[in-house]
Amino acid sequence: MTRETVTVYVDGKPVSVGAGESAAAAALHAGLSYTRTSPVTDEKRAPYCMMGVCFECLMVIDGVPSRQACMVKVAAGMRIERQIGARELG
Amino acid sequence: MSTVCDLLVIGAGPAGMAAASTAARLGVSTLLVDEQAALGGQIYRNVESHSNDADGVSAADWQRGAALVREFRASGARHRAGTQVWQLDPAQEGACKIYVTDGTQADVIRARRVLLATGAMERPVPIPGWTLPGVMTVGAAQILYKTGKHVPQAGTWIAGSGPLLWLFAAQALEAGGKIEGILDTAPRSNFAHALRHSMAALRGRAYLERGLALQARVRRAGVPVIKDVAAIEAKGEDRLTTLRFRVGGRWRDVLASTLLLHHGVVPNVHATRSLRAQHRWDGPQRCFVPVVDAWGMTSAEAYAVAGDGAGIVGAEASALRGRLAALESARRLGVIDEQRRDTEAAPIRGDLARHMPVRAFLDQLFAPRASLLAPADEVLVCRCESITAGRIRDAVRLGCAGPNQMKAFTRCGMGPCQARMCGLAAAEIIAHERGVGMEEVGVFNVRPPLKPLSLQELAALPE
Repeated sequence: MTRETVTVYVDGKPVSVGAGESAAAAALHAGLSYTRTSPVTDEKRAPYCMMGVCFECLMVIDGVPSRQACMVKVAAGMRIERQIGARELG
Repeated sequence: MSTVCDLLVIGAGPAGMAAASTAARLGVSTLLVDEQAALGGQIYRNVESHSNDADGVSAADWQRGAALVREFRASGARHRAGTQVWQLDPAQEGACKIYVTDGTQADVIRARRVLLATGAMERPVPIPGWTLPGVMTVGAAQILYKTGKHVPQAGTWIAGSGPLLWLFAAQALEAGGKIEGILDTAPRSNFAHALRHSMAALRGRAYLERGLALQARVRRAGVPVIKDVAAIEAKGEDRLTTLRFRVGGRWRDVLASTLLLHHGVVPNVHATRSLRAQHRWDGPQRCFVPVVDAWGMTSAEAYAVAGDGAGIVGAEASALRGRLAALESARRLGVIDEQRRDTEAAPIRGDLARHMPVRAFLDQLFAPRASLLAPADEVLVCRCESITAGRIRDAVRLGCAGPNQMKAFTRCGMGPCQARMCGLAAAEIIAHERGVGMEEVGVFNVRPPLKPLSLQELAALPE
C-alpha cells in the first residue's frame, strides 16, 4: 500500500505526514516537545486524548487560534503552530 | 443553510452506523453526522482506508467495522463528516434543532427525532504529573496507530487497567512497537470479585478467550507485566523523564519518555447532560449513564441514545443497541407499527443476550483501584484551570456540596474542556470528602456551546 502524504509546516518546519492524519499527530511526529502552554500556569502541555475530549492540543492552525489540533485533518501547506498562553482575541 | 431530516444520528461508530442503516432501510429520512473525517468512530477509526486490515490482532474487528460501513453506504442514509454538534435544543412542536459547525461555518439541522451515538471516552484518572508532555492515554496512542501506523518507541510504558490496554499492547507489539513494561493497577481482589459472575461470563466465552490470548501475546513478546501496582507518578521538568510506581509497598523509579495511561472507558454523556436528560450512577461501572428504556429512549422527548453512550457494552452490543433504538425511533415517526418493530427486534435481542452476560465479570475484573480515585492533595484534577485535589477538598470543607458550586469556589470545570476531563474525578473526590454517594453529589451541568465557537463561525448561522 502506498501512503499518500502531504507537507505541513509545524512551527515553520516542513514535515511530511500521512494525508489522513490530524494536525496534532503532525505536531507529535515533528518532534514538537509541547504544543501549548497553560494560560493559567504557563506549564507546557501536549496532546493527551487525541479524540477531541481534553482540549490540551489547542494550537494555532493557519493563523486561527484555539483549534483542537487532534480534530483538524492535515492539508497541504497547513501551518501548525504552538499556542502560548491564552489565545489572542480578535 | 439549514438541513431537514426525520432522524438525525450523531456519531458514526458502530451504534450510529447500525442505527442509521436500520432506519434508512425502513424508509426513514436519515442523516448521520460525525466529527471525524471518515466513518468508524473510535473503535473502527479509519476502517475504510484498509491500512489496518493486515493487523492480525484485530482482523475480526476490522471485518465487522467494514461490514457496518458497507451496510451504511448501501442504506440510503446521508453522511455529513467533519461536523461537530455544539447545541441540542429540546423538542419543540415535533422538531429538534441541532446546531453544528464544520469548523468554519455554523449550521442548524432540524430533525423530528435524534439518536445520540456519541460513544465512550477513557476514564480520566488524575495522577501526579499526568499533564506533562510525554504522558497521554492508551486510546490516544491507538488513534496514532490507526491513522498513521505509528507505534510506541523505546522508553514507552503503559499503566492502568482495562481490555483496551491489552488490545493496544498486543497490536503495538505485533506492528513492531516497543513497550518497556506494563504496570497493571487492577487490585488483586478484582479477580475474586469477578469470579462471582463467572457462570454468566462463560456465556461470553469469546470475550474471555480473546482477553487471555491478548495477555499471552504480550507476555510472549517478553514485556514485563508488573501486577498490583498501587500508585503511579510521572516525573520530569518540562517533559516526562521518570516513571515512579509503588508495588508491594516499595517505590521504584524507571526511565521513561512516554507513559500511556488507561483506566477503562465511561459513557460520553456531554450531549445527554446538556439536554438535562435523567442520569443514574452505575456502581459497577463507576460512571453516570443516561436513564433509558429497553429501546434506548431517554427522558428527553424525541431523544434516544445507543451504544456505549448508554452504558459500556462494547462494539458489537453497541451496534445491536443502535438497531433497537432505530426501530423504536422509526415506530415513533410512524414509519413502522409496533408489530413490525417487535418482529425486527426479536433476533437483535437474541444476539444482544449473548453479548451482555460477560459485562458484570469484565466490570469487576478491570474495576479501577479505589486509591487511584482519591488523588493526593497536590495532584492537578482540572487540567484546564490547574485546580488540585487539595483545592477541591478545601472547598468541600468550606461547604461546597457539589460540582456546580465547585465552579464558583475554584473555577474547576470552567476551562475549554467544560469538565469533560475533571467532572467524574472531581465528583469522586467531593463524594469521598463528604462521605455521601455519587448520586447525591451529581456532576457538572453542561451548557451550550458544547465546543468553543468563533464569532465568525456563528455569523454563518441562518435566521
